[in-house]
Amino acid sequence: MFGQYLPKKPRRVLILGSGALKIGEAGEFDYSGSQAIKALKEEGLYTVLINPNIATIQTSDQLADKVYFHPVDPYFVEKVIVREDIDAITVSFGGQTALNCGVALDAAGVFEKYGVRVLGTPIEAVRDTEDRRRFVQRLDEINVKSARAEACHSEDEVRAAVGRIGLPVILRAAYALGGKGSRICETNDDVESALPKLFASGLPQVLVEESLRGWKEIEYEVVRDARDNCITVCNMENVDPLGIHTGESIVVAPSQTLNNEEYQLLRTIAIKTIRHLGIVGECNIQYALDPNSLDYRVIEVNARLSRSSALASKATGYPLAYVAAKLALGYMLPDLPNAITRRTSAFFEPALDYVVCKVPRWDLEKFVGVEHKIGSEMKSVGEVMSIGKTFAEALQKALRMIDIGVDGIDPHKFKFTDIRKELKEPSQRRMFAVARALHEGMTIDEVHALSRIDEFFLSEIADTVRLGRELEDHAGKELSAETLGRAKKQGFSDKGIAKRTGTTEDIVRDLRRRNGIRPHVAQIDTLAAEYPAETNYLYLTYHAQADDVQPSWRKKVLVLGSGAYRIGSSVEFDWCCVSAILAARELGFETIVLNYNPETVSTDYDVSDSLVFDEITFENVLELWERERPYGVIVSMGGQVANNIAIRLHRAGVKILGTSPESIDGAEDREKFSGLLDKLGIDQPRWTSTGKLEDAEAIAESLGGYPVLVRPSYVLSGAAMTVAHEREHLRNYLTRATDVSPEHPVVAELEGGRDRRGRRRGRNRPLGDLGAHRERRRSLG
Amino acid sequence: MQAMKLLLADGTVYEGRSFGAAREVSGEVVFNTGMSGYVETLTDPSYKGQILVLTYPLQGNYGVPAPRKIEPLAELRDKYESGRVQVQGLVVLRHSPNPSHYDNVRTLGQWLASEGVPAIECVDTRALTRKLREHGTVEGFLVDQKTSPVDARAKTEHVEMARVCAMTTVPDVIRYEGGPLKILLVDTGAKDSIVRSIVARGASVIRVPFHKDLRPYLKECDGVLLSNGPGDPKDMLSTVEQLKTAVFPSGKPIFGVCMGNQLLGLAAGGNTVKLKYGHRSQNQPVQDLLTRRCYVTSQNHGYVVDDESLPAEWEPWFVNVNDGSNEGIRCRTRPWASVQFHPEAAPGPEDAAFLFDDFLRLVGSTRV
Repeated sequence: MFGQYLPKKPRRVLILGSGALKIGEAGEFDYSGSQAIKALKEEGLYTVLINPNIATIQTSDQLADKVYFHPVDPYFVEKVIVREDIDAITVSFGGQTALNCGVALDAAGVFEKYGVRVLGTPIEAVRDTEDRRRFVQRLDEINVKSARAEACHSEDEVRAAVGRIGLPVILRAAYALGGKGSRICETNDDVESALPKLFASGLPQVLVEESLRGWKEIEYEVVRDARDNCITVCNMENVDPLGIHTGESIVVAPSQTLNNEEYQLLRTIAIKTIRHLGIVGECNIQYALDPNSLDYRVIEVNARLSRSSALASKATGYPLAYVAAKLALGYMLPDLPNAITRRTSAFFEPALDYVVCKVPRWDLEKFVGVEHKIGSEMKSVGEVMSIGKTFAEALQKALRMIDIGVDGIDPHKFKFTDIRKELKEPSQRRMFAVARALHEGMTIDEVHALSRIDEFFLSEIADTVRLGRELEDHAGKELSAETLGRAKKQGFSDKGIAKRTGTTEDIVRDLRRRNGIRPHVAQIDTLAAEYPAETNYLYLTYHAQADDVQPSWRKKVLVLGSGAYRIGSSVEFDWCCVSAILAARELGFETIVLNYNPETVSTDYDVSDSLVFDEITFENVLELWERERPYGVIVSMGGQVANNIAIRLHRAGVKILGTSPESIDGAEDREKFSGLLDKLGIDQPRWTSTGKLEDAEAIAESLGGYPVLVRPSYVLSGAAMTVAHEREHLRNYLTRATDVSPEHPVVAELEGGRDRRGRRRGRNRPLGDLGAHRERRRSLG
Repeated sequence: MQAMKLLLADGTVYEGRSFGAAREVSGEVVFNTGMSGYVETLTDPSYKGQILVLTYPLQGNYGVPAPRKIEPLAELRDKYESGRVQVQGLVVLRHSPNPSHYDNVRTLGQWLASEGVPAIECVDTRALTRKLREHGTVEGFLVDQKTSPVDARAKTEHVEMARVCAMTTVPDVIRYEGGPLKILLVDTGAKDSIVRSIVARGASVIRVPFHKDLRPYLKECDGVLLSNGPGDPKDMLSTVEQLKTAVFPSGKPIFGVCMGNQLLGLAAGGNTVKLKYGHRSQNQPVQDLLTRRCYVTSQNHGYVVDDESLPAEWEPWFVNVNDGSNEGIRCRTRPWASVQFHPEAAPGPEDAAFLFDDFLRLVGSTRV
């Protein structure tokens, strides 16, 4: 049946993608676009996609009927509309790029000219949300409070507006992605220094907003159909207070510190606002909430699928993009089934019985001289999502998932010269600064006063720090089953416990198993067990006493995903992973996916037979291996994250499918690899490997002096690989290499000769070509 | 922290730690899937006599606000739904000992202990909920770790379910001034938010305990509101009788909520049945059968009106989108209607609050 609230059924629908991945627009739009195409194709519509990003699932041949690898810009889109005889278009599944393109096409009269209908939210409503002045005006019409802001078109206007609103203020560019170019100004000097940069980039409008720094930042994901049925699928609370972009913040779902009154106040306003704006489909509304009263401000509405909606989909199991596409076609929410239970309706609000935690991943270390502080502009390149029964369990998992070489909440990992400053002016290491401060005995009140993180979160972190210290006190002694159980419930990994108690991961695992402390599998079912779920969307937790589902007896494979997007590993690994799943399914295997990146298609629960949304670690894979007894594990689709544990899994008796773990090791371990080249008589630069920092300097001299190329083992795309021009460089880089690849510490290799660009430097003779290595360097995305 | 266990009538044991009062109790074990609003939920009189399982794993995050001031009684300016914690006992996965909120003065555990209500944490509430879903609600015993199953039945305190309404209704008539329209609230264990909802809309409320003769109050009021309440509606046949003999003949507009829906259904000549495990959550979708509009509602009930049993002059008004059960009834010929969900929310979504506006508009237009 076709949606009854669309007057005429379209035939040929154009979907706009989001183009190249960039900061603020990444894999999540591949996920939402893919779901939309699926939803449209189910209706028998001919789908045409424009997206120049070849690494995406949506552009692979099994999805859209036709794909144009063209830029998502008005010129090309118009050409495609004509050529493909398009009669309907969706602009809300391709991020800001698609939305802006849609607005431009509408303004140019293209849609009218060719009779193209915009499915879902009307462009007029999009303009209301994007143009700040109109937005505030629309909210005023229904007495909803928005942040006081003024749109300015010149430097003088900005100065005058700052005078009226009062410092501190946020300067922000209109129509910008990920808070690009925005900054908080505390003083008039800050304003003056920001001004030239803002207007120099040719922006037509600059917004001056009151700064609500320290307020809670809360988001709701809202869905509305054309018949005005409206629900909020999920609410999320930023652990970091307002002032830090939501893409830079640690986010939890559902909100943890809102009471019923606050929760419902914001929910009611969300529904009122979305109805007034006339959005059809999905949108996201962000609030600032005063931590000391019921005062609030609406910060913004995103009239499209966003990074937050991808997160909300994965956090709740509610397929937002799919539902939004169906609503755009005129379906009513109660007509659609709940995709997880298949027996209840899509018109409901998921009840979670777990905590979801999102942590962003930054790659700021890759850039020299870049500001490491985080603020109102987005810098993170990826994110991870973890699921646990408590905030501590989820947060510790997430901090490990971002794969920066930390074992959860670790107060010792980073050194802070001025901890108070670090708390006050957050960098990407702020959680570790919080842990350090609490470890050093700073009170929760003090940390709160500096960081403005809610005391609830801080006391949960403090509990974890305390337990970590208790573990350290046990160093050398065997842990009691009770302490070990508590540590596992608090989210400590076997490795983390081993490190703190001065033993090995294997010993901790043995102890755990002897005491019957095993994780259980819990289902994400959208209704907190009120109705049975038909879908195997799972996570592991130590808080459960029983498994929700039993493993099947079918022949199955476990596919490991690639984890967080980062520079050098992004949506292409998701493509690999999904393709592997589809191939395995075709061969009759049951497929299980282990991955934790919410921005991917592989973590869509209907891609595989079951999805385990959890850490990709030796510990977890072994647990799953023993529970599920699959035919084998596919590691080759998971990039570096999966590769790094292959040899250990192999040694522990796990069957690795594809390239043998010894061969993987031979390629990844630089010493073995260079040794192999020597054995085969293949030319390569002079090299020596070392396990010690102290030796490295002597070796550098023996290779003929600086510059030398330093390359650690088991790392991604040249992470921590560099050319050292002098002794000091070498020392610094080797220290960092151990951070990036702690598993295979200082097995660094020194190659004398050319630098990365292959140019000759100094008096050293080049001894080979580094072309092969250069090829492995990828740009972002 | 003292070890404690939840013992189900079928012999299943869930071990955990005590964080409330040191008492041993028994009662029907029910679960609620709401993620926020434990203060409102725990003081909801409809939970009288039941052991409540909250499926959201973290409870007590924002603490508990200051206790209710006794005077003046006619002002209900707080988040409590009644003067005390109504549940027999509480079961959660984790109780937050360090709450944070500007309104917070005490932890959830301290509050429960001060009210003499036992509570247990570290229970796998999901496994427990699945059990309740599959087997229906069962009797449970919240007891000390060492108590044997035989002793549990003998020595735990329980509430006589036939008397729960009498225990939760107000002791005597209370009048709340709000405006010229007067609404008679038949209190079978009413949530205070129902009173707040009416008063906030500019009408006065005469709150009368259900066992009083309603006739004297009917004369001075313009409309009748039937409240929610705990237990089986069939234990309330005297009130059903009052509806038939006194309220119906008066011809005044009637609006019922939750148990009010069941009582109105019984008075209309219909029947009520017990659901396997009830609806207790803040995300129940209901559809208005006239307008086809849908609302997300807050619910708390174990019994439901049987649509099939309704006489010809009555019809279903709302239906549950998930399981098709009745969510409201209306009379085709008279201004009498009721809903099974809670339009006053607290806790939960306020989507259906307009029903109070509609009711008062109706009352205003039929006023003589």
